[in-house]
Parts: sequence; structure tokens; C-alpha cells
Amino acid sequence: MDDDTSPKVAPQADLDASELVGRGNREGNRLFKEWYGRVSSGPERGEKAAYVFVMGSAAELFESFGFNLVLPEINGLQTAVRHVAEDYIDQAEGYGYATDVCGYVKADVGMQLRGGDHPMGRIPPPDIALQTNVCNTYIKWGEIWERLYHIPTVTLDIPGSRAAGRLPGRGHVDYENDLAYVRGQVDELVEACEQVSGRRFDQDRLVQAMTYANSMTRDWVRVLELNKSRPAVYNAVTDGTVYLGAVNALRGRVEGADYFRDVVEELEYKADRGLGTPFDERHRLAFVGVPCYPIYRKFSEMFTQHGGIFVGSSYTWFASGGWSTGYEYDLAHPLDSLAEGLLVTGRAAMDTMFHVDRVLADMVEPYGIDGIVFHAIKSCRTVSSGLADSRRAVLEQTDVNALLIDSDHMDPRVVAEAGMRNRVDAFFEGLETRRLLAGARS
Amino acid sequence: MTYAAGVDVGSTQTKAVIIDEHLRIAGRALIDTGSNVTLAAERAYELALRDGDIDEEKDGVGYVIGTGYGRFRVTFGDAQTTEISCHARGAVQMFPGTRTVLDMGGQDTKAIKVNERGEVLDFAMNDKCSAGTGRFLGAAASALELPLDDLGPTALRSVKPVRISTTCTVFAESEILAWLAKGKRDEDILLGVHQSVGSRALGLLRRVGIEEQVTFTGGVARNVGMVSVISDMLGFPINCGEDSHFMGALGASLFAMDRIVAQQAPARV
Repeated sequence: MDDDTSPKVAPQADLDASELVGRGNREGNRLFKEWYGRVSSGPERGEKAAYVFVMGSAAELFESFGFNLVLPEINGLQTAVRHVAEDYIDQAEGYGYATDVCGYVKADVGMQLRGGDHPMGRIPPPDIALQTNVCNTYIKWGEIWERLYHIPTVTLDIPGSRAAGRLPGRGHVDYENDLAYVRGQVDELVEACEQVSGRRFDQDRLVQAMTYANSMTRDWVRVLELNKSRPAVYNAVTDGTVYLGAVNALRGRVEGADYFRDVVEELEYKADRGLGTPFDERHRLAFVGVPCYPIYRKFSEMFTQHGGIFVGSSYTWFASGGWSTGYEYDLAHPLDSLAEGLLVTGRAAMDTMFHVDRVLADMVEPYGIDGIVFHAIKSCRTVSSGLADSRRAVLEQTDVNALLIDSDHMDPRVVAEAGMRNRVDAFFEGLETRRLLAGARS
Repeated sequence: MTYAAGVDVGSTQTKAVIIDEHLRIAGRALIDTGSNVTLAAERAYELALRDGDIDEEKDGVGYVIGTGYGRFRVTFGDAQTTEISCHARGAVQMFPGTRTVLDMGGQDTKAIKVNERGEVLDFAMNDKCSAGTGRFLGAAASALELPLDDLGPTALRSVKPVRISTTCTVFAESEILAWLAKGKRDEDILLGVHQSVGSRALGLLRRVGIEEQVTFTGGVARNVGMVSVISDMLGFPINCGEDSHFMGALGASLFAMDRIVAQQAPARV
């Protein structure tokens, strides 16, 4: 990674700090509401809805066909942040879903049973759905819509390497075979899009969407790098989640490209002037897993009240669909490149879930990380299995403190706030002790 | 004489310890927490003062630290510290060779890795359920209609323990009843219960890495059966003293004394 965090583009001289600082959050929230408004009103304009997931969304292709993207995971977390997730989950459980089923799935089922009624608008039912094997629940989730709405669903099978990016890439026979396998599936996806949309595939429109996506990817990588700054220019869990909303919802759109160009401008401005988050930065932390949305604000405060600022988060890697890899499309070969993007980012998303220790170990020094917080969630064994082992592996490789907490990203019934707070407080007592010891040694 | 106090408000019991400037326990008290946490903290503190024959008005207690789940309800306290740090500090004070602490309380079981000064290097706790904690033993006591204090001695009489497969405290009671229905003896069922709890504790200890000496603290440390089972599973004896269940409060009082000493130290220029 590039260590240079100085601005590459000078901020506009006529913008003062009050306009610039916090603009990413303000604009991100505005654009997010606008996106929900567009999705909700889509059926009135005769627009169709494509249900996709944050990992392997193929957003650019759907954009080229004029579909409105619906991201069920984001719908789910919005219900949790707004403290109504339990209502939706209850409804799904009453319908027959077990308590062990992922909270995102049950929030979606509850919403479908309510005819799309959602705190952010009325979500239209799917006309088509795409799911990948990057999360095994995705596939079963797609089957629910297939049964409910009798719509075509496409499953992309992405051969995961489970080798943390350590397998050879282009030119290697295994890579080329895997790529050809995904490429064939992309053709099937294009065909399904044509049938559902009633439009012919338009390569120029895809290239246009990919151009915006490439710009977003470059800026997203820059955003992640910029938090090497001290103090951190944003909180990777709270501000990072706002950015992630835009990464996923606006991918392949001009608003997305413009938004991230502005975010980079804001963060470079802050980095250049030594401006941090609104909180005193005493400990620089990395976060692993999915945030605790049912108590989102309190969860964040448990750390900021001790001066703990998240400078990095594995969530910004896998929940950005793996675009933190910086993969950019080859615009001269759009469908081939779409297939390669799905392969590369899908693998990266898997690796950041299954081999997070390797990525974290590389982050500790450049980001100046003092502690790592592992958050296991009951809903999702995909992101939570092995966290205890990852924690141990990171502790063996690095000299940081690490905390493992468990709750859920959706279901408030399995969030034990008092116990979590106790662990977090003890974690900071340990960090303070370490600081005292380091001070005494020096 | 300068005194410092620690009040450990746990889910089941509240403990208070007052130490003097030589770090000796001058007074202690243990009561059930009940429903009024603040009152329990006050009452335990008053009883500890009385136990040490300490007149708060005349002698003065320079600093009070609250710990345990109810630490923020110790309204007369000066500061709060988690019981994780406090048990670590108390254990090393009591047994200086301690490098691993197992604290087993009413709702929590914690494995804590410590250094020679009692500072926490790492810790692991049970999940969001009471499996592997004192509450599991409480369920067994209830099912067998035995007082808690009898559980350990009864279990140690067993020569053929049953296997308790459930880890759920609620279901444990029905499993115990099922074993009773099969004609199993109380002691065999109880040793099975202790082994079940012990295996959960061992899992936590492995998470932080087991390094001798291991010191057992918390309310369950009073249970001789559990001490025996944990020692057997580890393959070496563990530290466990009469005051093991006061370890959190003791640690809190030691942190409180640190503050007093720091306040009394001449300012550096």
C-alpha cells in the first residue's frame, strides 16, 4: 500500500472547513435516501428491480439494463438501526423460520410478507435476483424469492481459492480455468437480464457504468489508505458504514463516482491539516466482522468513550464486495472483465472473511493499530466461524491487544449489552496497562 | 492508618473488602445482591467496615472502587474498574506466582492471563449464556434439592460419574431429573455436572493459554468439588484460598490503594 497520505488534488480554495468536513456523511445520507426513493418509486415508472447482494452484485451489468438495485442486506440493517428489526424477524419466525436463520434473511422475509413495507420506503418485489456462493446463505435466500414470486434467479458459482490471495493469477492454468468458468456464467446472466428487462445487451452502457465503477474503486482504495493518517480522518465502523452504503447502492452510477471523488477530497483535506474524528483519539483500533446494528450508536460509544477509534475494518473489505482490492475493469473487454472482476472480488471477499488474520497482520504497522476487536455474530457463521482462531493467529504475529465479543448484527434478543460493555471496558483497561508498561520501559 | 476499599457487586453476591496501607485485609463482607444493587453495595461496605472495626468518620477510607456488573451502582465509590482487572490483581496479590486466573461467578466464567504485576494480558469469557458458570451448579442444586454448599462434597463421593451432555442451564435440570429417574445416585450426577462445567472452563483457559500457576477465584471457588475437577483436568494443583471469592473486591481495593498512594506522592517538578 502507498504510505503517502498527502493530498493528490488540492482542495478547492473557496471551500471552508465547515463545508468540507462531514460532507461525506451528509451527502452519503442524502444520496442514500434518494436511492431508496428511486427504488421505491421504480414500479411507478415501469422500472424493474434486481435483488443483488453486496458481494458479487454485478451492479454495472444491471445498471446497463436499467434495473433498480435492491440490496436486501442493506434493507435488513436499516431495520436494525431503526430498532424495528425484531418486528420483522418475529413475523418471519411466526411464518416458520427458525431462530437460527440469519437475521438479514428473516428481516427480508418479514418485509416481503408486509408487501415491501420498510422504514425507508416501499421496496418493490424482485423481477430478477442474482446470488453468489461467496455467502452460502445467499443461495438459499434467492430460493425464497424464487418460490414467493416465481422469478428467475441466477446463481454465480465463484471458485474460491481460500488461499488469501496467494494463488497465482493471470496466466496460471488454474486461474484461467476459473476465469473461463465464471465467464460462461456471465453469459447466462446477460441472457437472463435480456429476457427479464426486454432489452438487448448494450455494451456501451455497460462500459459507461464500468467507467464510473472504476473511478469509485480507485477512490475507495484511497479512502481506505487515508486512515493511516494520525489522527484517523474517519471512523471505519461508523463513517465507514455510510461510505459502504454508497459503495454498494451507487456502484456504476455517476452519483457514486462524484460522491467518492468528494469524499477523497474531504479526507485528504483533513489528513493534510491533522483533523481527526470528533472524538479524542487515544487508541487506534481495527474492527473485524459486522457492526452491532441493533445498538449501533451505543456500540460505537462503548469504544469512543475510551478514545478508541476504528481506523480499519474488515467490513470495509468484504462488505464493499471485495472492491478494496482495487480491481479495475478493462473497458476494451467489458464482459470478460466483468467476469474477472467477479472472480477477483469474490475471492477477496471470501479471503477477508476466512483469512482475516493475514490481512490484519499486514495492517498493524502502517495503520498504527493498538488493538483489534473481533465481533462474532450469531446470525452468520460465514463471517464468525474461526474468529477465535484468527484472533489467536493475529496475537501470535503481532504485538497488539485483541478483544472477542459476540452478539448479532440484527437480532436485539441476542445482544447482551451489559456483558459486551464489560468486555469492552476490560479491553481498554488492558490497552491502558500496555501503554503504562510501554511508558515505563521507555 | 490509611484504608482503601473495593466493592464487588456480582449478579448473585456482593463482596466488600477494606485493606490497610500494608495491603492487609482489615475487613470483609459478603451478602446476597438481591434486587436493590445500590443498597447491596452500601450494606456490604458497611458490614466490611464493621468487620474491621473501622470507624469511617474517624479512620477514613481514602478511596473506594466499585467492580462487578453493578460497579456503576456503587454510588459512594470514587471510580470503577472491571472485575476482570480486579480478579487478576487480587489473584496475583494473594498468589504471586499466578499467571492464569479462572474466575467462576454466578453468571460469568472468565479465563485471564496475567503478568507478575497482576496486569491483564488477555482474557476470554463465556458466551451470552450461563452454561459453565455457577448458575449451572445452582440448577443442579435445585433439581437435587441440595444446598449449594453440599454440592462439592457430595460430588467428591462419586466413583462413577454420569455424562451431562447438555450445556444449557435450563435443560440441565431436566437431564438431571432423567438421570434420577434411571436410578443414578446424587453424587454420580453431581460429579457429571461438575465435569461438564469444568470442561467449559477448560475451553476458556485454553483460549488464553494455560500457564502455571493457575488461581481459581469467584464464588464457585468455594466449591471443593469444582476445585478438584479443574485440578484433575489441568493435571496439576491450582491455587485456591479461603478468600478466593473476595478476589474481585480485593483487587478493587488494591487499585483504590494505588490511587491513594498516587495522590499522596509529591508532585514532580
